Amino acid sequence: MPALAALPVIALALFYAWPLVTLFARVVGPASVADTLRAPGLPRVLWFTLWQALVSTALTLVLGFAPAYVLARYHFPGRRAVLAIATVPFMLPTVVVGAAFLALLPRSWHGTAGAVIVAHVFFNIAVMVRLVGAMWAVLPTDLTAAARTLGASPTKVLRHVVLPVLRPALWAAASVVFLFTFTSFGVVKLLGGAAHPTLEVEIARRATQLGDIDGAAVLSVLQLLVLAVVIWWSARWQRRARVALHGDAATRRPRSAAQRRGVTAVVAVTAVAMLAPVVVLVTRSFRLGGVWSLAAWRTLGDDEVRPGVSLGIDPLGSLATSLRYAVAATAISVVLGGAAALAIGAARRHGRLLDVGLMLPLGTSAVTIGLGMLITFDRPPFDWRASWWLVPLGHALVATPFVVRSLVPVLRSFPADQRAAAITLGASPLRAWWEVEVRRLARPLAAGAGFAAAISLGEFGATTFLTRAGTESMPIAIDRLLGRAGEVPRAQGFAMATVLMVVTAVIIMATEAVHARRS
Amino acid sequence: MKLAAVILLLMGVVACGDDNDGGPVAITLVAYDSFPKDGTPLNEALQTFTDDTGISVDIVTAGDTGTMVSKAVLTAGNPEGDVMWGVDNTFLSAATDGQIFDGNPSPVNFGDVCVNYDIAWFTDEGIEPPDTLEDLLRPEYRDLLVVENPSTSSPGLAFLLATIDEFGDDGWQQYWTELRANGVEVVDSWDSAYYERFSGAAGSAGDRPLVVSYGSSPPAEVVFADPPVDTAPTSVADQTCFRQEEYAGVLRGSKHPDEARQLVQFLLSEPFQREMPLTLFVYPVSDNVPLPDVFTKYAVISNNPHTMDPDRIAANRQQWQDQWNEIVLR
Repeated sequence: MPALAALPVIALALFYAWPLVTLFARVVGPASVADTLRAPGLPRVLWFTLWQALVSTALTLVLGFAPAYVLARYHFPGRRAVLAIATVPFMLPTVVVGAAFLALLPRSWHGTAGAVIVAHVFFNIAVMVRLVGAMWAVLPTDLTAAARTLGASPTKVLRHVVLPVLRPALWAAASVVFLFTFTSFGVVKLLGGAAHPTLEVEIARRATQLGDIDGAAVLSVLQLLVLAVVIWWSARWQRRARVALHGDAATRRPRSAAQRRGVTAVVAVTAVAMLAPVVVLVTRSFRLGGVWSLAAWRTLGDDEVRPGVSLGIDPLGSLATSLRYAVAATAISVVLGGAAALAIGAARRHGRLLDVGLMLPLGTSAVTIGLGMLITFDRPPFDWRASWWLVPLGHALVATPFVVRSLVPVLRSFPADQRAAAITLGASPLRAWWEVEVRRLARPLAAGAGFAAAISLGEFGATTFLTRAGTESMPIAIDRLLGRAGEVPRAQGFAMATVLMVVTAVIIMATEAVHARRS
Repeated sequence: MKLAAVILLLMGVVACGDDNDGGPVAITLVAYDSFPKDGTPLNEALQTFTDDTGISVDIVTAGDTGTMVSKAVLTAGNPEGDVMWGVDNTFLSAATDGQIFDGNPSPVNFGDVCVNYDIAWFTDEGIEPPDTLEDLLRPEYRDLLVVENPSTSSPGLAFLLATIDEFGDDGWQQYWTELRANGVEVVDSWDSAYYERFSGAAGSAGDRPLVVSYGSSPPAEVVFADPPVDTAPTSVADQTCFRQEEYAGVLRGSKHPDEARQLVQFLLSEPFQREMPLTLFVYPVSDNVPLPDVFTKYAVISNNPHTMDPDRIAANRQQWQDQWNEIVLR
């Protein structure tokens, strides 16, 4: 099995560690460290980055609890659609979500930390629903029923039965949300206004506006150190808190009137909260000059805005580009993530190192990785700067941990003696491994692949810093359309955002359908 | 390990396969994001260059101007392309200090960053729109102006430079203190300012009738309106303008310096320059190039714009931005 680890390890070393180390070695030195860390504004940036991430994470855990529970435990019409609705925001390009929130939130909220936190919670409810929901869905029903029969109150059941079982998933969700909000870039830029930069925003400002790449690299190292500690610590807790589960879990229809009311309320609030920004976007694609109009949609396939005038942005072409990137990124992350998950499942101790290593790209400033690649892959035989596949590869680095996350828990649930039994019964070791482990992975693999595709479709950060030779991806086309003066391009940007949302939702629902059919 | 080695090998082969030897020369033009890659008259003009010279031109976009220059400085001597388009005067010193160009870059277009106003709002209120930077401090313009953060936005920086040019090293801080007291709003990016806060842009949700934008924003409002309109809904306070100039030049370390120089010559020629207004919404550098009607009618080009020496900008940019942060955002 260690051979399987070679592939993700080499990919990580070649496309992540090497560029980063090259950049750091070039620009980080005692003088740049001292200069950067002494900068007068830095404590304020660090403090804001930290507290907003903590508050966002805590609020996401609290507010995501009810939807995660209802969607995992109850069966009701439209459940899959609600699941998709709750997941789509997570995949949307931040520029789009930012625009939607600016339209929704009252003026007095613009440029405040509150706006940033609200948007962060909106984004990350999906993480709760997915990660915690997945755990909740396999919590055996007889466990809670037994506790109740023995006289435990509902709060007692929650504290002594449900929470201990969910703890690893809660830790996982908390660490992912913290990671995302600590490194938040687009949302903070759009909603936080100038007065609330996070570390990631400050890194980008230094690298791109001030030409202070030394300072940007020093801050990236700082950010990476903080997040490496968080990831390592949370991985430890996830392991310690793991509980073996036996028994049946099933979703059921709400039975009593009180249950029906509760489920309806939670579903309605979740759906409305998640849909409101989305509806704003869709509406805006149909509004031109204060009236309803189809002009933006009609002209979507044609990059000539009017005779002789063109923006040079091909909206539908960008859809094709994005789909191509998504296919490539999904293929790469399924191969890397699949190999990594099998290796982690087999090699229990060193597995953690690989697991943590694969998470690191999520916490690394996209600017830094982009600039590192630029100066690393600049000479034959590694002259890849202008290669189109660097973009899906960048997406795959971000998506791989999600594939690993969806596979590893399932792998760990396989009883160790099954494969031994298969071999005893005459199967070849390879056959036994295939039948017992690999075939059962189809379902979680589909979920992981769907996630990877959606991440690639919405990815904005890394893509903007890698050289772009072909047509741009959809999030970048949207950003450019929204960044132009004039009404038609703007409405087209919202129309494209709508298309992107629909494509993402279809992919999410399709992977859910694979779940449903196979279970 | 074997599998990984094979993959590495294949990647090397693919990468090497891209190099062309002999045959027609292909050179790479590095540009900022908003430079169109294909489908515009600008790209058609580039095609005529290829037809005439046999030199084909690939366009690579490298982020916004600041990102593009940062990347070029990091890769100076072993550049991503042969010619760079679009370094503006606020980044020119960073580019020349980083020795990214082979020789001196040439100016290729210019445009103004000015305070734009919502014509209908001022007509309805019966108030005269402002003319000068000084005007913006008057009580009748209280809570009306929205500007971009100079740390994160190029028009925001241009506007800050206009005020420094006007009020000098000693006076600009006082000006911004008073502007803040008069209710100026700051947002991070041009699109937030123009589309979320400004009231004059078609389809905007904003309620502030004054915004820092471009001198060419009014014709853009006409060109991109649907249904078509005859008059621009916005106009420009022409004493508030800062002149932005863009440069193009051959990148040091280009493998095809002669062809690259030919391309720069072409970028300065009439067939390419005449496409500046309606594709990039800037002015051609040559006076002989005709302007489209919509530009002569609605765009404002200031007769007496604020300007600043690129070296002075480079030497003070960070300090000014930090001081501005202290004054306006605290």
